[in-house]
Amino acid sequence: MMKKILVANRGEIALRVIRACDELDIKSVAVYSEADEKSLHLKPADEKICIGPAMSAKSYLNIDSIIAAAKSCGADAIHPGYGYLAEKEDFAKACEENGIIFIGPKPENLKLAGDKITAKKLMEEAGVPVIPSSPGPVGTLEEALTVCEKIGYPAMVKASGGGGGRGIRICQNEETLREDFLIAKAEAGASFGNDELYIEKYILKPRHIEFQVLADGFGNISHLGERECTIQRRYQKLIEESPSPILTADLRKAMGEGAIQAARAVKYFNAGTVEFLLDSDDNFYFMEINARIQVEHPVTELTTGIDLVKEQIRLSSGGKLEYSFNDLPKRGWAIECRINAEDPDRNFLPSPGVIETYLPPGGFGVRLDTHLYQGYELPIYYDSLIAKLVAFDLNRLGAIAIMKRALKEFIIAPIKTTIPLYLQIMDDPFFRKGDFDTGFINGFVLEEDDDDFF
Amino acid sequence: MTPKRVEVRAPMSGIFYRKPAPDQPSYVEIGDTVKKKQVLGLLETMKVFQKIKSPANGKVIEILPESESPLKDDELVFVIEVS
Repeated sequence: MMKKILVANRGEIALRVIRACDELDIKSVAVYSEADEKSLHLKPADEKICIGPAMSAKSYLNIDSIIAAAKSCGADAIHPGYGYLAEKEDFAKACEENGIIFIGPKPENLKLAGDKITAKKLMEEAGVPVIPSSPGPVGTLEEALTVCEKIGYPAMVKASGGGGGRGIRICQNEETLREDFLIAKAEAGASFGNDELYIEKYILKPRHIEFQVLADGFGNISHLGERECTIQRRYQKLIEESPSPILTADLRKAMGEGAIQAARAVKYFNAGTVEFLLDSDDNFYFMEINARIQVEHPVTELTTGIDLVKEQIRLSSGGKLEYSFNDLPKRGWAIECRINAEDPDRNFLPSPGVIETYLPPGGFGVRLDTHLYQGYELPIYYDSLIAKLVAFDLNRLGAIAIMKRALKEFIIAPIKTTIPLYLQIMDDPFFRKGDFDTGFINGFVLEEDDDDFF
Repeated sequence: MTPKRVEVRAPMSGIFYRKPAPDQPSYVEIGDTVKKKQVLGLLETMKVFQKIKSPANGKVIEILPESESPLKDDELVFVIEVS
């Protein structure tokens, strides 16, 4: 068993991992940048080591500095949290080379998770459904017509050089494809300096549903159910819940098996998440594997009773996975709101500053993962996630009622937060019915393209 | 008559950048003529980048902070002489 774990992260997730170490009677080492001398994660840690200046590139992303810190304090393992170095193959390798256990997937898993094209190919070979697409770039209208005949309409014509939703045309049928293909090609050339196009089946009103998986070093892989992560803004998740209000037992079984198949296809190790898109006809498609503990892991923990961080540590210590989803004492409903220091009324502009008033919620069914405290000054250098508020009850409406009550109790001032937006969503009739898709948030926020400030 | 000068201040605290990327030239230098709404620099706050733009047509007279330095809310960043 490990004796000392260095936590290569900051904020709430560092605190989360340090808490697990404490409960497991493992010594914890916090690392911090010069801007984080007053960060809460340093308090419960057994040791703390400064790893560099405020800029993440020089501290939390500095592999040499973190490895040196681990060696100087005699840590036998490193937990990377999420973000930063969590999915960097080079970091996992550097740990290995220095005789330090990387608590997470193997370097090969990280490499593959980062290479979406190869991952998609492997999934296809393993029989996991993927979004049907052209095998490569499509040069001519004739090729495009052949591809679309095979994958079906509506089809999405995408510029290879595009991204973030730009350079995309949706073709409802053959006629619009004939009209749009050459225009799309010219546009791609003009906008991105590259007129290469590819075609993917367009998924109407999709939902984003992901499955938590765990894998040990002996070939045992289990899933721990799904997380519904459909409510997003610009690909950033806002609200997550488990279970999903839309999955039937049969669909959960099929998707869960798909997730295990996906993990098996890449010889996955430790905790990971298999992301799927689900269309309105209950067809699901593999998107990617997230090779890390995820921000939204608490909703799985509350409904399965499994502490995922402790499981990560146990599996990395050579532990065996001896249960499957059906063995778990599943219970109730959990919903998480990611509370950010952002102003929802001003296009989600960040809102740094000193927390002068801090009144956290509590009571039955409330879990709060946060690094805030009264008097804390939010550093300008890091992410705006300041708290994960999770509500748990025996059913979904009960959890929503607890969430609403907890959001009302939660006072963070004078900075702006996304709490008012979540209060609005908890009252939304479509949210309450579980009837939403990835476009849900557009009904609540103004989308402003311009980032003008003056 | 002395030309009118306008101050450009930080809209919030953040890290100031004079160039879009380390290997790129600066957006503006002292003495450059700028147009209203032309980008003068970037401000990064909690991983979000905002453009700092010129409030008027004119000339850059002063650039106060160094690139990559932290700015306080309302800190003076540029002085523009209005033309």
